Amino acid sequence: MKSILPLNRYLIQRLGFGLITFMAVLTVVPIIVTVIYVLARGAPAISWEFLSGFPLEGMTAGGILPAIIGTFYLTIGTAIFSVPLGIGAAIYLSEYAADNRWTRLIRISIINLAGIPSVVYGLFGLGLFVLFLRFGTSILAASLTLSIMTLPVIISTSEEALRAVPPSFRTVSISLGATRWQTIRRVVLKEAVPGILTGVILGLERAAGETAPILFTGAAFFLPRLPVSPFDATMALPYHLFVISTQVPNMPIQIQYGTALVLLTFVLTMNIIATIIRSRARARREW
Amino acid sequence: MEKSLNWREYIITRLVKASGYSAIVFVVLIFFFLLREGVPALAEVPLSALFSVRWYPIEGNYFGILPLLTGSLIVTMGAALIAVPFGIGTAVYISEIAPRWMREILKPLVELLGGFPSVVLGFLGILILAPFLRRFLDLSTGLTALTGSLLLGAIAVPTVVSVAEDALDSVPRAYREGAWALGATQWQTIWRVTLPAAASGVLTAIMLGIGRAIGETMTVMMVTGNAPVLALSPGSFFSPVRTMTATIAAEMGEVANGSVHYHVLFFIGLLLFIISLVVNIVASSVLFRAHKRSERILS
Amino acid sequence: MDKIVIERLSLQYADGTESLRGVSLGIRENAITVLFGPAGGGKSTLLRCLNRLNDLAEVRSTSGHILMDGENILDPKTDVVALRRKVGMVFARPVVLPMSIRQNLCYGLELAGEKRRYKLNEAVERSLKLAALWDEVKERLDEPAVALSGGQQQRLCLARSLALQPEIILLDEPTSGLDPISTGKVEAALQELKKEYTIVLVPHSVQQAGRTADYAGFFLQGELVEYGDGKSIFTNPRDKRTEDYVTGRFG
Repeated sequence: MKSILPLNRYLIQRLGFGLITFMAVLTVVPIIVTVIYVLARGAPAISWEFLSGFPLEGMTAGGILPAIIGTFYLTIGTAIFSVPLGIGAAIYLSEYAADNRWTRLIRISIINLAGIPSVVYGLFGLGLFVLFLRFGTSILAASLTLSIMTLPVIISTSEEALRAVPPSFRTVSISLGATRWQTIRRVVLKEAVPGILTGVILGLERAAGETAPILFTGAAFFLPRLPVSPFDATMALPYHLFVISTQVPNMPIQIQYGTALVLLTFVLTMNIIATIIRSRARARREW
Repeated sequence: MEKSLNWREYIITRLVKASGYSAIVFVVLIFFFLLREGVPALAEVPLSALFSVRWYPIEGNYFGILPLLTGSLIVTMGAALIAVPFGIGTAVYISEIAPRWMREILKPLVELLGGFPSVVLGFLGILILAPFLRRFLDLSTGLTALTGSLLLGAIAVPTVVSVAEDALDSVPRAYREGAWALGATQWQTIWRVTLPAAASGVLTAIMLGIGRAIGETMTVMMVTGNAPVLALSPGSFFSPVRTMTATIAAEMGEVANGSVHYHVLFFIGLLLFIISLVVNIVASSVLFRAHKRSERILS
Repeated sequence: MDKIVIERLSLQYADGTESLRGVSLGIRENAITVLFGPAGGGKSTLLRCLNRLNDLAEVRSTSGHILMDGENILDPKTDVVALRRKVGMVFARPVVLPMSIRQNLCYGLELAGEKRRYKLNEAVERSLKLAALWDEVKERLDEPAVALSGGQQQRLCLARSLALQPEIILLDEPTSGLDPISTGKVEAALQELKKEYTIVLVPHSVQQAGRTADYAGFFLQGELVEYGDGKSIFTNPRDKRTEDYVTGRFG
């Protein structure tokens, strides 16, 4: 059929699609390029000494082990506090909470927690954990601060995962003589685990990469020893990168890129693991 | 056996409920502490001085926060100018134009960007973007509001893309099919039917993206030059500025506990808290009201 | 002998809909009692009262009694968990839990605290035979239950309820999604089961009601219009409304 529509319309569409595609490309390509660039410039710095040694000569040489270990401790500390609390809150919202004023208040609170600037969390952590509770600048204070910051992510992804489980499962379970918690534990939670795990990993990934919340609550510029107790301060990868790229004179560029690469790898690996878990669970779903 | 089961059930239910309410507790706690340490600033620094244009807290006891406010404002606006078109454009591409297989690659890729630590972007900004802009635009320094805006835009894009893409995806297929049946091209359908239908979700995406930009700390601290100058003209884009967030991060380490400077920094934190509160409540109520409206329309 | 006596049962949902109005009837032991009628009649609601499943829904008010073996199960002090083991339910869509066939069947028993392997295996075999499914699945008990066909899944749901050795079985349009052969198998199983169990069935068609009922009650908009013997209520209904429905003049 000969088109009776003016050629204009399709021309506009071609242009429009082109523009949109161009924008998408411009958004996505730099991501790939950046990762490759950091990889290329940072890889030469990576060596066993770099990963397992301490900084020497005022950070301009040596390794970044304490920063790596520090980030590791902080991530675990964050997980200890935020995961049980976050999943518990998600279970409450999905399985128990009625649709009333209080529940709406909880949801608004979660949205707010999600929007608070990371540096404000740092201030809060300083005021409450470091000073008021006298934990001092410590892994404990920093982990607690990071946990509250991570809570909204874990709660919302976990709640979504729980809600995705068909209501009919719950009805059937109850009709077979289960209590509500037995139903949650044996059926709902089990099915929601991949989604919850994805959310937890993504939340912890963000916590691992944050600098501002740990600036005044736990981060140390340099420590000659690895931290041994939760009340010790610690070095951490994001803070270390910040310090060596802005505060240390004559810092070899290679070490900077190496540090950035290690941090990026740590964070992006978590991201990739979470994505894999999510897509595999989706494929294997029995409903 | 039944008895102990009841006990367990009771305790667990109570714990779960407490977890749920903890969110409210934390928000209140944060607000309280900011208030506690920030309000004294209002007593220690007269309002007129607080809202003046000179911020030299260490050198001269000048606590005017206006330059910081304008700094945040100009960098955020710049970020929005970038994040909104690119974010929505990419969302439209992923949701409406891209073939299925490409969608599966792009979505995780954009999420990958969302996972970039801000300090890494700031780092790359210092080493690559700032010198480039300095040469390209012939400026005296590459650490400017523009640099910050570009990077902040990049940070905000993933937020905008994921929320907007969700919104576009949830527009019922029937809407698009109706438009096609009437002879509209795909492009026209997107602009006149799908996007308007997803308007509230897209609006929310924009607001959440802006919220993300306002709250960013490390990147701006590293690339915007940290000069607390009043930024009112478009030209300010090309010179250094300082944001509220960067101020807190940069100076908190050097203040004495309980000093005026300390209180003023907390006060700025309080302002940031309130701003993000407002933005987020507005964003979610827009989304909530739209849900109600669409439920009425579709039922 | 009436296993269940329902006295003036009324129920109103939170949104105002009155689902049951003063319903009174007796459910005979070891027989199939059919509750039939057009949609919205309150039949499913009545079923869900019998195992207190309505506790999960937004109910504004309930009044009346349901006496099971002499005790009022609507009493707040009733042990609902024990009740639900005594009263099994099969739903309209087969809902198999995302586990293996064996785990589906053992679910209720494990909840009740049964841990002995031999007891569980015994229950699995017994209930599958009662539901006429044993021969088809005995080789693949540890495979995922979702791999079964619709008809098999529904019989699995029946077996799952039977594993708890209930006294009463409730079925809410159990064959609505099934082909005629599977439907026939389920109906045949019910005829066998009624010798040992009390069965209350909401059929998905008048024809099914006619085929299976020993006793039948016609429900219209929350009221029990007529109750009687399975044979006579379809061939010789006393109430005009029943007659109109049975002959297809409305519904």
